[in-house]
Amino acid sequence: MSTDIRPTTTNPVIEFRDVEYVSGGREVLHHLNLAIYGGEILVLLGRSGSGKTTALKLVNRLLIGSGGEVRVEGRDARAWDVIKLRRHIGYAIQEVGLFPHYTVERNVGLLLSLERWSKEKISTRVDELLRLVGLSPEICSRYPHQLSGGQRQRVGVARALAADPPILLMDEPFGALDPLTRSDLQREFLSLQQKLGKTVLFVTHDLHEALLLGSRIALLEQGRLVSLSSPEQFLSSSDPLVKKYVEAFGSVEHM
Amino acid sequence: MNFWNFVVQNRLEIADLTLEHLWMVSVSTLLALAVGIPLGILISRRPALRKPVIAAANIIQTIPSLALFGFLLPAPWIGARAMRLAILALMLYALLPLIRNTYAGIIGVDRGVILAARGMGLTESQLLFKVQLPLAASVILAGVRVAIVISIGLATIAAAIGAGGLGELIFRGLAMVNNSVILAGAVPAALMALAADTMLGWLEKRFTPQHAD
Repeated sequence: MSTDIRPTTTNPVIEFRDVEYVSGGREVLHHLNLAIYGGEILVLLGRSGSGKTTALKLVNRLLIGSGGEVRVEGRDARAWDVIKLRRHIGYAIQEVGLFPHYTVERNVGLLLSLERWSKEKISTRVDELLRLVGLSPEICSRYPHQLSGGQRQRVGVARALAADPPILLMDEPFGALDPLTRSDLQREFLSLQQKLGKTVLFVTHDLHEALLLGSRIALLEQGRLVSLSSPEQFLSSSDPLVKKYVEAFGSVEHM
Repeated sequence: MNFWNFVVQNRLEIADLTLEHLWMVSVSTLLALAVGIPLGILISRRPALRKPVIAAANIIQTIPSLALFGFLLPAPWIGARAMRLAILALMLYALLPLIRNTYAGIIGVDRGVILAARGMGLTESQLLFKVQLPLAASVILAGVRVAIVISIGLATIAAAIGAGGLGELIFRGLAMVNNSVILAGAVPAALMALAADTMLGWLEKRFTPQHAD
């Protein structure tokens, strides 16, 4: 294991080094090498079962790899205190996973109250976060079941941002929304990210979403990294697997 | 002598026996909660223990109550007092619904909620106390409700080993072939069960989480 390296802007924030993940005899990830740099949105693109969600969960140690290492800010994820690591990384998922027994305010502020923030500070921060994701602070006292799907996703993003983590992991956070709401949230998220400068690892199977959000796109296929390129390069790639993916989505030029 | 006359004339004894009954049920239920809920939590975290624990609770449940009282009789300290023995037996019977419902309630919490909670950095105990148990509360309460109603009924049999309670009147009435005496024990027991059922049903409803439509 190498020594502790202080993160600088040129060092990757997240780095997969020769990462293997085997589950039930199946190789889910195969020698994955990938670096995510500060302030970029790296999109992990791939179909179901390509290993993209697994890769994401290795970063905040919801899973532990079978080989290689995942480095977060220069330190092996396994060397971090797991709770510290997770609180350092925002996490938003397709199911959102809002706590149904908590109001919006408590959902968004839970981590802050665990970190012993004062009530007033939490309430100010929650207000600020809700505005940031385009919600009116008036919904603070509502419960998740009283929100629309789009509102729930926004609350999920606000919750992920609560403790101002420098890194965000997002697993198809807009996947369950109708196309119009999804497109709204994608655009808002993009401008939010530009404002906040978070380092984002974003999982999706949706090429449109990848092209819209990604600084770079990493295409995974059966646990292997097939291509890593900018959105423009991705569209003009001659790689057969990339071409197949682009063709499957039809005429993306019109988006 | 009709039922009402008997009740009025023996109201003090009936009140005493009712209190005794209530005591047995309360103590045994509290003990069962203290054992059953932790066991339910345990098997939700250690899947390997689930089958043996549920099987043991199941086996206890299949032992006829009179036989169970008999088995426990030689136990030191416990066997010395009929009341202790009755409480232990009632506690054992209450375990199954408590263990099973605690387990089912915890396992039934939405996957996405658990994933999000872990991912955002809740410790395992924060996950349990802030998320899993509150969301499992209504299912656990349903188990408590079943356990208490069963206990109130079963506790009448405890009189067979001299533990007191409303069963005393029922057994006496059987021996005297006197329905009024039987009813003087059975009616309060039934009312107690109904009251407990209604109260816990109300609690259960209050704790039922709201769901998305």
